[in-house]
Amino acid sequence: MEQNQIDQDTNETSGGYRKSSLTILFSLLTIWFVVSFGCGILFREWLDQFTIGTAPLGFWMAQQGSIICFVLILIAYAVLMGRLDEKHGYSEKSAKKVIGKETK
Amino acid sequence: MDQDTWNFIFIGISFAIYIAIAVKSRATSTKEYYTAGGGVSPFANGMATAADWMSAATFISMAGVVASSGYDGSRFLMGWTGGFVLLTILMVPYLRKFGKATVPDFVGDRYYSQGARLVAVLCAIFICMTYIMGQMRGVGVVFSQLFDIGIPLGVFIGASIVFFYAGLGGMKGITYTQVAQYCVMAFAYTIPAIFISIILTNNFIPQLGLIGNYTQGGGDPTPFLEKLNNINQEIGFSNYTDGSLSTINMFCITAALMCGTAGLPHVIVRFFTVKNVKAVRKSACWTLVFIAIIYLTAPSIGAFSRVNLIEKLNSTKYTEAPAWLADYERTGQMAWVDKNDDGIIQFSGPGKSTAEKKGNSVFISDNKKPAYPAASADKSQRIGKHGERLLSLKPDLTNPNELYFGTDIMVMANPSMGGLPKWVIALLMAGCIAAALSTAAGLLLVLSTSISHDLMKKIIKPDLSDKEEVNYARIASFVALGVATYFGINPPSAFIAKTVAFAFGLAASSFFPTLLLGIFSKRVNKQGGISGMVVGISFTIGYIIYFQFLGGTEDQYLFGISPEGIGVIGMLLNFIVTITVSAFTPAPPEEVQRMVRRIHNPRGAGEASDH
Repeated sequence: MEQNQIDQDTNETSGGYRKSSLTILFSLLTIWFVVSFGCGILFREWLDQFTIGTAPLGFWMAQQGSIICFVLILIAYAVLMGRLDEKHGYSEKSAKKVIGKETK
Repeated sequence: MDQDTWNFIFIGISFAIYIAIAVKSRATSTKEYYTAGGGVSPFANGMATAADWMSAATFISMAGVVASSGYDGSRFLMGWTGGFVLLTILMVPYLRKFGKATVPDFVGDRYYSQGARLVAVLCAIFICMTYIMGQMRGVGVVFSQLFDIGIPLGVFIGASIVFFYAGLGGMKGITYTQVAQYCVMAFAYTIPAIFISIILTNNFIPQLGLIGNYTQGGGDPTPFLEKLNNINQEIGFSNYTDGSLSTINMFCITAALMCGTAGLPHVIVRFFTVKNVKAVRKSACWTLVFIAIIYLTAPSIGAFSRVNLIEKLNSTKYTEAPAWLADYERTGQMAWVDKNDDGIIQFSGPGKSTAEKKGNSVFISDNKKPAYPAASADKSQRIGKHGERLLSLKPDLTNPNELYFGTDIMVMANPSMGGLPKWVIALLMAGCIAAALSTAAGLLLVLSTSISHDLMKKIIKPDLSDKEEVNYARIASFVALGVATYFGINPPSAFIAKTVAFAFGLAASSFFPTLLLGIFSKRVNKQGGISGMVVGISFTIGYIIYFQFLGGTEDQYLFGISPEGIGVIGMLLNFIVTITVSAFTPAPPEEVQRMVRRIHNPRGAGEASDH
């Protein structure tokens, strides 16, 4: 049991975990890029033909919308990664339980 | 009660709170000194980091920058918030798992080289030093205005307070004081905005006011931003909602600010104070929420105060102008030059200029700041016939604009422009001081840690005991503060303001790629890391120095990118050099590769921050 604890902490993570965490990372970074550089800068002029309230959408995305999206991205990141850690037994809380299960 | 009494009450109460907290939570070990013992709750740490992040400059000037440049100001709004997404997703959870107290620690261990550590220490010291000088100056300016003392004495008082709780309390003391400071800042920033939003748009949420209708004066409600665009065009400015920066510049500057944010050592270390990786993610989330509260209010304040300023002053007789105009003339933040001698204030933009190179400067001056005759000069030279304060500079007659104002006044004058009660102004003063003190304290800590831990213990004198190390840290913070105070009193002119903005470009081209590759690649090695850092930062510094100090002109810009945004190119160079050099040199030792694999396992960060 003691030995296993150390192995869990020092050894690399499983391939499945790494793949899922990279998927989360890239999808969130894509959203990050689209809402800020995309909506706020590259496609701003096109978006300005729409309005939110009375404000042009592109301008609003650059000054308000992107920031709101950033906060949502970080909330999503904390939740998704927390869930992933739990599933693979890397979270601090589930550590004991999973070690018990994986001892062969 | 008059304004001074209110100011004393608000600032006095806030100081009493900070000092009480600092005394109660002072550090007793190195661990507490550097990372508050690693047990700060994610919520409290988020608040503290937000306070640390928002400097006096952000607090006072950002809304002003948005007000004067409209859409172009979005680069700061997006850059300084979007960087936290990069920071959280790509950096801090892994660095926290790595479990050392400082950023140069990671660079030194990951690139298994004292050389890399030294380069990182120097970058960290340089970045923090440029920052902290600006903060001390800010504190000094506010104190001198408040208590009618000279700026040097103001800087000195500010420095003593910062030393008291940063030097004694370490990270633990700082963290809990910053929580209190954030609360003061948030109230100070949002309350005036709410009042003004109600006056202008009849909506008590400023963010909704911005996208709502302009209702002041009882006329037909028009969309607020349309109203602002119309006002702007009428007096010769470009549309508020359209920018004047090119798309590539906008893109590069925003990117440089974002990546720079993700590479700033004093922000990264904040996340070493929480318990584990999960708490890091949560804490980063809270940090951005708290920053967003202020950053989402800034564009509203900017737009509101621009409308207010133009409506209240443009085409108004000087003798009938509101009283705050004279107050700001006295401090040199506003000036009126009656070019056409009609006694009426005319404000106009570059569109009305007749010169070939369009501008709207009021007077001819090298540093764009007003200058005045000496106080001993004859009264007729100091005060004009309408009672205005005269300048010692020649008016710029190529355009009709008569009104000068610094961007700083947009936030500070906002309550007076809206005719708000005196205690709101006092609250704003307290908030401003809180912003400057919290940032200065955070930076001071990183500086002293860089010197005592990274330089003394890891490079010069490895057999240092824990207790000696904390003592060195205290001495280092004393010395660093002394240097910062000196430069706060004698600022090296325009140099500081420029370098603070460029610190982001430097962080983006040095730390960001080096940390990112160090975390995500097992193959990147010491030769690659060091050469990448050196190439990235020297390219960026070189470009900035050439265009800012050696007289490079705009048509020489590489791809049309201004020095502000060049950090992005430096960053790409760093990536390319690091990867190429690493590919042709031997892979890092097995233990370093194992370390990289280990930091991707979020578990077991509990024992972090031991050294």
